[in-house]
Amino acid sequence: MTISVLYDAPGPVARRRSAMTSVVGAVILIALTAWLISTLAAERTTAAGAVLPGLFDSSRWDIFADPVVWQSLGRGALNTLAMAAVAAVLALAIGVLFSFGRTARSRWIRFPVAVLLEFFRGMPVLLMMLFVLLVFSTGTYWAGVTALAVYNGAIIGEALRAGIRSLPAGQREAGLAIGLHPIRTRLIIEFPQAFRQMLPIIIAQLVVLLKDTSLAYIVGYSELLRTGQNLTNFFGNRYNFSFFFIVLAMYLVMNLILSWVARIVSRRTASRTRPAVVDATVTGPTGGRATAGKGSATPD
Amino acid sequence: MDAVIDNLPTFLSAFGGTLQLLALSGIGALVLGVIIAAMRISPVASLRAFATVYTEVLRNTPLTLALFFCATLLPYLQFNPGYFPLAVIGLTAYTSPFVAEAVRSGINGVPIGQAEAARSIGLPFGQVLLVIVLPQAVRMVIPPLINVLIALTKNTSVAGAFFVFELFAAGRTLANARGDAVIPILLGVAFFYLLVTVPLGLIAGRIEKKVAVLR
Amino acid sequence: MRRRSTRWTIATAAVAALALSACADTGSSTPEPEVVEDAQFEPGTTMAALADAGTITIGTKFDQPLFGLAGPGGVPVGFDVEIGKIIAAELGIAPEDIRWVETVSANREPFIQNGEVDIVIATYTINDTRKEVISFAGPYYEAGQDLLVPAGNPDGITGPEDLADKVVCTVTGSTSEVNIREYATADVLTTDTYTNCLEPLRTGAAQVLTTDNVILAGLADQTDGEFEVVGNPFTAEPYGIGLALDDTEFRNWINDVLEAAYADGRWVAAWEGTAGAVLETPQPPAVDRY
Repeated sequence: MTISVLYDAPGPVARRRSAMTSVVGAVILIALTAWLISTLAAERTTAAGAVLPGLFDSSRWDIFADPVVWQSLGRGALNTLAMAAVAAVLALAIGVLFSFGRTARSRWIRFPVAVLLEFFRGMPVLLMMLFVLLVFSTGTYWAGVTALAVYNGAIIGEALRAGIRSLPAGQREAGLAIGLHPIRTRLIIEFPQAFRQMLPIIIAQLVVLLKDTSLAYIVGYSELLRTGQNLTNFFGNRYNFSFFFIVLAMYLVMNLILSWVARIVSRRTASRTRPAVVDATVTGPTGGRATAGKGSATPD
Repeated sequence: MDAVIDNLPTFLSAFGGTLQLLALSGIGALVLGVIIAAMRISPVASLRAFATVYTEVLRNTPLTLALFFCATLLPYLQFNPGYFPLAVIGLTAYTSPFVAEAVRSGINGVPIGQAEAARSIGLPFGQVLLVIVLPQAVRMVIPPLINVLIALTKNTSVAGAFFVFELFAAGRTLANARGDAVIPILLGVAFFYLLVTVPLGLIAGRIEKKVAVLR
Repeated sequence: MRRRSTRWTIATAAVAALALSACADTGSSTPEPEVVEDAQFEPGTTMAALADAGTITIGTKFDQPLFGLAGPGGVPVGFDVEIGKIIAAELGIAPEDIRWVETVSANREPFIQNGEVDIVIATYTINDTRKEVISFAGPYYEAGQDLLVPAGNPDGITGPEDLADKVVCTVTGSTSEVNIREYATADVLTTDTYTNCLEPLRTGAAQVLTTDNVILAGLADQTDGEFEVVGNPFTAEPYGIGLALDDTEFRNWINDVLEAAYADGRWVAAWEGTAGAVLETPQPPAVDRY
């Protein structure tokens, strides 16, 4: 059993208190959910006095019996995945290049790469997509892919760099001592370790990338979100919220599956990374080393 | 370039809108994120469960949908403080799990002996966290937190799609009005974003170096 | 209820027959324009190139009721789409050989400039700054900016002069936004799609939605009588067909096609089969051979 080192194993009083908190919390949550559902289900009177059927009224959901609607949404989801997959591969490649550039020995490489990195990290993805589309005339798909790849590549590059820096200096010294070229040392000794250490963060960033494909609406790429909007326009505004809930659920499923994979991967590599206060067992090894650096996923 | 200079007042006031969004939702996300992080490592199982579900759902929701929820479904539920506050709520909620994860990773970085020592002298959970662990974690949390803020800066651009006046929306309006000067206008917009994000990035780098030395 | 069931039929039919040309709302269909058999053009012209290729790529809106609206089958329907078919037919290209590409406001000019599309027919207002980067054939329709209010017009709004204490919603960066800001309003809310503007109207956060009357008519049509168009257009928005800058031969040829379609009733048929379900049939505007 995992017991956090932050507090003692709960005694009878603490257990009772914890149970009571749980009950109270659950009651509040259930009440809130019930209120939410009943409000959304109730007929709605608009500011102008029109009465609209509730959100769960069958007239708002009847089209979903038609497989054609689902085929269309499925195509949207595939388009989303098609953009995310290619952008993810490119982002990893760009991330690797960035991390090499940023840790290069020559200041003439390091400095321009740092400037470029800051630039790409600081540009909104929306703006970058629009910019690529207008300036490089790439078409919507590649505008989306390029912007996502470059931005996430910058983040992944920083994560990898933090990973390389957090390795004990002995790793590099050992590589050089057996006569390896500095670049080979980096490639076959430092980099694989950094990559493994940063894998959870990299995968979390890939979830961010997958979510961000929804921003490609700005260039008119028909990914999942835009498909849902177009279907709303086709079938009528009555289905606005219905499509919102369906599209949200589809995103959650896709992203949770990816997050789940991320968790499995990070658990597999956990034995190789440092122990931590929160996750470690009481008897775990001590002397954790922080990698808080720049290597955490960002909410973009 | 004249397209940017001519419209400087619009750029500046739109930039003001972006800064306000950033400041308010940044503070909101920091507060909420620390609370969520504390809940996730607290002794009470239900709080842990709640915080986990909250984090998982929000982290896996596209920002566009989160903001759509705030801008249309909350007013539907008779909660309508205006679109600016609604956008702040959306950005706060969306960013808070990332803050929580950053804080958690910082707490992870505090050597385990610190918490053990604190407990061995009889401190309860709240004090272990507030007096011993968090102050040490802060140093290491700041760089990733700044990264979260950088991302938030850029995410404010999505709020422009939901009735809020901010930089990106203003940029699109100007670009549409000046079909012949789209590129300079977009570069102008980029410049103002970089005005916030680049200094933040430099500060993060500086602090990171210091932390590395202190470690 | 009738409307929904017809939409249903259409949705299903659209998939069954990709070349379906029917209005999403009424199901009344436009007769397909007759495809010209081996059309002859002077070698080297855009027309010759397109006729030889046997296909044309047309950019249109996919989210514009009555003008260009994509159903679940992915093939758009509407007046813009019908105009595209008329032009394609004159090139000897059958409707099913047209490649439809979704264009949004932000990508119309770039798509034309980089050749991603051959022409754009997408409720595209002709204006001078756009003319600097692309050329326009047409106009093939003249819209006007109007106001959409809740059914019954509770605030008694008749025109933009009545908006002094009203909040107006429109789309970010649209011509409508620029126009409405010239009038005294309490505030202008902007968002990404006109559909988004309907919620503020329902909650009372805004009282009026403004954009081109035809777009408003489409919105009124798809909200089951919840909203109405004021019907007092206060600007002129000539819709043109966007094509590559200075391709004068192609532009003149499209203008000829439009005039021929005005004369022989194809234009009216296209209108009546689509937007005509909701809007009265207007007089075709004179093309502008600038």
